[in-house]
Amino acid sequence: MKDTRTVGEILSSQGISRRGFLKFCAATASMMAMPPSMVPAVAQALSNARRPSVIWLSFQECTGCTESLTRSHSPTLEGLLFDSISLDYHHTLQVAAGSAAEEAREHAMQENDGSYLVVVDGSIPLGNPGYSTIAGISNVDMLKETAAGAAAIVAVGTCAAFGGIPHANPNPTGAVAVSDIIKDKPIINVSGCPPIPIVITGVLAHYLTFGKVPELDDLGRPTAFFGQTIHDRCYRRPFYDKGLFAETFDDEGAQQGWCLYKLGCKGPVTYNACAVSKWNSGTSFPIQSGHGCFGCSEPDFWDSGGFYRPLSATTADVGTLAGVAALAGAAAGAAIGRMNRSHRARAQARHEKLTIDDIEES
Amino acid sequence: MSTPDGLHDIAIETHSDAGAYPATGNDLPILHEIRHALQRLAQSGEKTVIDLQAIPMAPGEEERILQLLGRGEVSATIDALGPSEVRETAFAGVWTVYHRNTNNEVVGKFIEITHCPDLLHSQPEDIATGMAQIRETLAELESKQSGDQA
Repeated sequence: MKDTRTVGEILSSQGISRRGFLKFCAATASMMAMPPSMVPAVAQALSNARRPSVIWLSFQECTGCTESLTRSHSPTLEGLLFDSISLDYHHTLQVAAGSAAEEAREHAMQENDGSYLVVVDGSIPLGNPGYSTIAGISNVDMLKETAAGAAAIVAVGTCAAFGGIPHANPNPTGAVAVSDIIKDKPIINVSGCPPIPIVITGVLAHYLTFGKVPELDDLGRPTAFFGQTIHDRCYRRPFYDKGLFAETFDDEGAQQGWCLYKLGCKGPVTYNACAVSKWNSGTSFPIQSGHGCFGCSEPDFWDSGGFYRPLSATTADVGTLAGVAALAGAAAGAAIGRMNRSHRARAQARHEKLTIDDIEES
Repeated sequence: MSTPDGLHDIAIETHSDAGAYPATGNDLPILHEIRHALQRLAQSGEKTVIDLQAIPMAPGEEERILQLLGRGEVSATIDALGPSEVRETAFAGVWTVYHRNTNNEVVGKFIEITHCPDLLHSQPEDIATGMAQIRETLAELESKQSGDQA
């Protein structure tokens, strides 16, 4: 039977005090990148929100996105959020399989027609339907059928958002993103390989709280999390501005924590929240651990010309540009960004492969 | 040949330490933000909350900010969905609030500039629940008492 209780009623029935609820709202508002002054509004809206039905579809994926969420650092918070939604279908997590599982999906679709959320992880193969099927149903058919009655779709992970690794050259399965197939529904792209768990739950929390899709960027990503580049929020940014770069992974610059731009960091062209949200209970993120950003939340990151190749390797001397950057700030940054994009486009066209020489050269 | 019985027996030369990490320089601006907020609190009673998770921090910077803020006279622990630590800093009216989940992992960290953080107050909804519970307890006791007398 359909559960019509509000989120506040569900949490209250679990013996959660108002203090506990306010704490939950404070952490939720923080995770949604909202100012703390919004906590009372979040508490009010969340108290009265109805429990939405969620159907989670996993296509050509590695389960990393689900792992990211279910192994995230705040199980209580995620647990509360999951208790606040009705996860009616997730074939990786659910016990039922085959026709019984499909019945659950169809039942949820009928009962919540027009109001349920669809979460998709994984890309969809168009080359041959046999590349990926669930209960004998091709991914593309299942997506179209399930999306038809959905209120909105959340494409979780770079595979669902942009095609991801299955879409990388030579794309043997003809993998595409959700947005390449579904054109008549709001789609929220939560990219990342995997996405930051609190970004996934933050989007669900936003929908729960306000009952609508958050503000999105030109690639369909929520601006609350993808509004700034990794570079913009990186604590190593002052070294970039001063033109101080690590040249190898073990030189003095690396030991002093200087900028990793010359070691191939894609932070300047990558929009994500890693530098602020961080990973593993807020412990660190790749750059803090001494490795450049891969750019995994951007389209075609796998074909960007080598993880260890500087963005401007073939077009300009980074030291010179950084010197200019120190003087001209944003203008020089924009110049590097333009060169990065053109370099990346050429690299993708040539489908360059990373070699040990690339690493040594950079 | 002897076998190393711990990490200390393996010869590792450490070249960098926490002091070698670069700083964002965010600590001083945050202190200025707190100063402005404290002024607003004193003049008009306006409260301010700063979300520390929204600010890029280099390793060790948050600890430095907390060290600069120091410890004041009041500290409290709230046990709701995991522990929350509320502490007044050495600057009266400036509080740190750290929320942890049931696994003791930090899920929220804030600096609150206020007379007393809201979470420390008993909440109206919980007071209403408490009233219902105390009425129920009294009714049970009175019913038991009248049963004993009969």
